[in-house]
Amino acid sequence: MVRAVHYLNQFFAGLGGEEAAGTPPTRLDGPVGPGRGLAAELDGIEVVATLACGDDYFGEHEEEALARLLDFLEAERPELLVAGPAFGSGRYGLACARISRTASERLGIPALAAMHEENPGVAVANGAVLIAATAGNVAGMREALPRMARLAEALVSGRALGPPAQEGYLPRGFRRNELAEKPGAERALDLLLAKLAGDVGSEVAGGFDRVPPPPPVGDLSRALVALVTEAGCVPQGNPDRLPTIRARGWLRYELGGAPRLEPGRYESVHGGFDVSLANEDPNRLVPLDTVRTLVAEGRLGRLHDVYYTTTGNGTPVAAATRFGREIAAELTDAGVEAVLLSGT
Amino acid sequence: MGVPTVFVTSLPTIATMVGANRIVRGPAITHPFGLDEAERRRIVERALEMLETEVEPTTVWEVDPA
Repeated sequence: MVRAVHYLNQFFAGLGGEEAAGTPPTRLDGPVGPGRGLAAELDGIEVVATLACGDDYFGEHEEEALARLLDFLEAERPELLVAGPAFGSGRYGLACARISRTASERLGIPALAAMHEENPGVAVANGAVLIAATAGNVAGMREALPRMARLAEALVSGRALGPPAQEGYLPRGFRRNELAEKPGAERALDLLLAKLAGDVGSEVAGGFDRVPPPPPVGDLSRALVALVTEAGCVPQGNPDRLPTIRARGWLRYELGGAPRLEPGRYESVHGGFDVSLANEDPNRLVPLDTVRTLVAEGRLGRLHDVYYTTTGNGTPVAAATRFGREIAAELTDAGVEAVLLSGT
Repeated sequence: MGVPTVFVTSLPTIATMVGANRIVRGPAITHPFGLDEAERRRIVERALEMLETEVEPTTVWEVDPA
């Protein structure tokens, strides 16, 4: 049997939800949670241990967490690492991508991660890790596990993989020559006919938007500044029902000259982190108190009396790009010259 | 041109990957702008300094400890 180690976040390892997201790296015996389903699918591969880490802990202490996880991993003498599936979770996907990459680079063992194609972990892996494609949320678990098992088996056996769409992994940016049965002219016509029939598939993955950094603000003491957040900060009771995950839009709220975001009058509805500290003091997410002080002191010119909010949690890139474009258009119309944006 | 924006987050790796240009590392996912006003002021001031600075794409700045 080939020895495999499985990486999970605190939630899937059964250590707790967001309240346990600060859990440091931990080792558990054998397969745990989705690892049990994975183990049942695997042929000739045994999950000897599970490593887990809280999503917040990993994100906030990447290097420490990686070093500790690598120590645990080495002690198991594994021949394979499997991480995830992380679906659309950014923090978890980041951890899966980094531990997989580190395992391959430092221990020289094959590694497989699993996540949705829009997970930021895909860019972190940057083609250096094989990633099984999954749905955007946990509803895709049943489909993900057999796919992961087949890819894991291919990795340990050295079987050459077919194209991404056929095997269910995300394109890594390689091109491989292959012999086609038909000549180019015939294949071009086949592609044209497929396109006319509405099949416009492409092997080329979409990427994140890159924009050049705007030039710096000339004089902040005269500038109009705005506050924007993806931390799901809304008036208490969430009157406009901002979703806790996969928001389809953004909201704007007047500040009415308030000196700070009063606890009890504002709250966070973000479903991707423990909001208790934020609800104790919402200025921890949207720094209205400090910005008002800096305006009074003359360090900043004026504050735009409206703040913009959404939940950046499981949000598809296309949707997030649209929110950004729409909010930016409003800010530009209002003459805003600088923005403080917070992310969680 | 765009509006100069500084992104305060405790996950600069993700911010970098998605292409944010001015990034300041906040102390934690649950409170990117710090726990108290003194800490918040250090973070906001660092962010403002970054808005006043010419940067390369995806630049990450740390906040000076108290």
